[in-house]
Amino acid sequence: MATGTVTTFEASLDRLDVDWTHTTHDGLADVLREVSTEPAVGTPLPFDVSLPAWVNTEPTPDELETATTGITAAGLGIADYGSVVLPSTPEGTEPVSLFPDLHVAVLRTGDVVPGMAEAFDFLGEEFRDGTHSSAIIATGPSATADMGALVKGAHGPKDVHVVMLDE
Amino acid sequence: MSKSTSREAKAARIRYLLETEGDAVKANTKGFNQGRYDSVAKLESYEELRARAREIKADAIDRLPELLDRVEATVEANGGTVYFADDAADANRYVREVCRDKEAERVVKSKSMTSEEIEVNEFLEEDGVDVVETDLGEWVLQVADEAPSHIVAPAIHKSREGIAELFNETFQPEEKLETAEELTMFARERLLEEIKGADVGMTGANFITADTGTLALVTSEGNARKSAVVPDTHVAVAGVEKVVPSVESLQPFVELIGRSGTGQDITSYISLLTPPVESPVVDFDASDTPLASGENDRDFHLVLIDNGRMAMREDSELKETLYCIRCSACSNVCANFQSVGGHGFGGETYSGGIATGWEAGIEGLDTAAEFNDLCTGCSRCVDACPVNIDIPWINTVVRDRINRGTDHEFDWLVDGLTPDAEEGGLSLQKRFFGNFSTVATVGSALAPLSNWVAGTDLSRRLMESTIGVDARRDLPSFERETLVDWFAARGPRVSPTEAEREAVVYPDVYTNHAMVERGKAAVRALEALGVHVRVPDLPASGRAPLSQGMITTAEEKAHALYAALAEHIDAERDVVVIEPSDLAMFDREYGKFLAPRSQERLSDASYEVMEYVYGLLENGGDPKTLRAPGANDSGVAYHSHCQQRTLGLEGYTEAVLDRLGYDVATSEVECCGMAGSFGYKSEYYELSMDVGSELEAQFSTPETRERRVVASGTSCLEQLDSMLARPSQHPVELVAPERL
Repeated sequence: MATGTVTTFEASLDRLDVDWTHTTHDGLADVLREVSTEPAVGTPLPFDVSLPAWVNTEPTPDELETATTGITAAGLGIADYGSVVLPSTPEGTEPVSLFPDLHVAVLRTGDVVPGMAEAFDFLGEEFRDGTHSSAIIATGPSATADMGALVKGAHGPKDVHVVMLDE
Repeated sequence: MSKSTSREAKAARIRYLLETEGDAVKANTKGFNQGRYDSVAKLESYEELRARAREIKADAIDRLPELLDRVEATVEANGGTVYFADDAADANRYVREVCRDKEAERVVKSKSMTSEEIEVNEFLEEDGVDVVETDLGEWVLQVADEAPSHIVAPAIHKSREGIAELFNETFQPEEKLETAEELTMFARERLLEEIKGADVGMTGANFITADTGTLALVTSEGNARKSAVVPDTHVAVAGVEKVVPSVESLQPFVELIGRSGTGQDITSYISLLTPPVESPVVDFDASDTPLASGENDRDFHLVLIDNGRMAMREDSELKETLYCIRCSACSNVCANFQSVGGHGFGGETYSGGIATGWEAGIEGLDTAAEFNDLCTGCSRCVDACPVNIDIPWINTVVRDRINRGTDHEFDWLVDGLTPDAEEGGLSLQKRFFGNFSTVATVGSALAPLSNWVAGTDLSRRLMESTIGVDARRDLPSFERETLVDWFAARGPRVSPTEAEREAVVYPDVYTNHAMVERGKAAVRALEALGVHVRVPDLPASGRAPLSQGMITTAEEKAHALYAALAEHIDAERDVVVIEPSDLAMFDREYGKFLAPRSQERLSDASYEVMEYVYGLLENGGDPKTLRAPGANDSGVAYHSHCQQRTLGLEGYTEAVLDRLGYDVATSEVECCGMAGSFGYKSEYYELSMDVGSELEAQFSTPETRERRVVASGTSCLEQLDSMLARPSQHPVELVAPERL
């Protein structure tokens, strides 16, 4: 992946007020420790690296509701927009990324694509071949202006942190 | 109800909305509109994406039956159920059956205009189901028992203070709610409890892909994600026009919809759901069982609703309405909408410019007739629309159909003045304004007597009660000597042999009969730059009848004017147009009336007068022959015309003035509020003045209040004259030499 694309992605995240961190497989646990608050829930990462033991990867609905951090993988990053693509999984990426006040998205640095066109080419193939059939393109935290001013955390997270796994 | 009583009722309704909702609506829509300008300016491929979006929609609507078959097959292969509903009642019955099968006690909904269209909430509530809106704006309206005032941000007419009062009264919280943050968190917690106990989740769909059966939901709050995924049953309702061919075809829409609507580059969440989704049901009744361990037994129903859409597809004039992606750009950019919002500028469900098409197709002409007049044809929405729908044209067509369907009284009063080709049914007011070229011709012939008679109290009161011309407006004052007569007597000052170019100055109705000075100034400016000018007697453009929805009359005028100009064009004479709304006719609406080659030739040969002056200066014309500002010039405050801006021509006036040494401040409003005949009509006078107040304010600041006022359009000049103490003029009058 071109460095330019990752730099653009970082700039987009800055614009959205979304924090980001680079790390390696070995450093992931420490980074997660640093950015998360407990109780934390998560879904298993498909990147040959496990989530630390303090992350509950088999949450019940009650645990989901009381968790303050949700940690999930992201399939893609979209540089122009600072979006992360969250595939829907049977383990619950959708609710885990949605209910807690902080969503931590773990993304391979190499999976950042330049723009929406590349993202949709990827998703079209993935949806048709059945690898995943649903996904959320999430850009920054949940937000609303319906109550007279912009407020973060309408029904979803108030904050998002993107952790990029460098290979 | 008599015409004048119904005009008074309409004026009263508008006055009420201006007072109660106007401020909140204006602040919000103007914010969205500015956000759109900022956001699309950053997108390099904006025009390319618009073109692709339009192409995808046009293709999808063309082969809609085939795509609907495909969607049905893919959704059912995925394990969902598709139901095609003929109309609202059919759709509601099906949704009720699903709820009964599930023994559903509560349905949670995310925002969906289609569900508003079929009024499914009321229908289910009658069946004993508790229906809860989870979009915060929709929920506020549900609590307040009010209708949406905007298709994207339904509660923009309510202020934070108003919502706080509503919540504090209704829910009596221990601590009074005050800030937006407190109100949002209160709503979030309350609605989570509702979602936790819901049996069915209902959503709409912004798009549905035929290749995979994927729903695209464009949201920012996250409530659609919760509504669709927490309960085990998901019902999506969508109009049949929402189908696009493939996942890839979503891309331009995803990049355009947020920017066009609320001015966000993208909304927080684009949910791409191919139900039944793999995400586990979040069953709060089994709150101790891990999410992923249970059976994921999901049920999905897609209700595709016709409700008039397939007939719209067969209607060549309404068909483009189906390209609409409900982004709200046409509402936010509309000066009238900014003042009254969707409660004034809307029908049963839809509001804003494109609502005329939707309401005419879904509810019928009666509903569309209630607000269709609020489209002034200013055309600012055309550039704003991400799929480039000719929204003013749809409004004009519907106006024409409404005209033909209504009763007419007092026709005898203006019959002698109305040589139109309309079959009847047209209101007297529309016939008067639509035949303004005849009114003006008679007015000039009888001037100054006609001005004196028209100006008396008695005739003004009569005009108000019969044809609804507001008595608070000054009427155009007709000149005895028309521009054509003046020029015929004076003759050209540059002979064809010594001229670089030859041009016809088009004597539009206003310039020829009322604003004759600006016509003379145009002639002098062109001659000063070495142009051989002609001012032949030419037919009216058809703009006046067109704006009243008198399409047949407008088309006849178009043919006559083209016929009269064709030889001039053949002789390679340029056509110079002073009135921007007439030039806009040549460039846009004549495409509907003339043979394509004819329209193209006329459009190519025509120039706005300041655009033409700019071209002459660029090609070696001597700026010293024009009038430069004096030593202590206070500068110029310039207001461009709405249609001129849509054509991208306002920059030429600025450039010419700048080159001659004038200091120019340009207004930043979509429209002055006058919009041709609109501001003259008694029922719209106050709205017109409310829209105009923004321009008045911009030209009354310490920075602008000493500047001389120039404006391009006749009605803009009328409006400025009515609002400002200092006079206004056309920019060509400012720069033309005083005599030649």
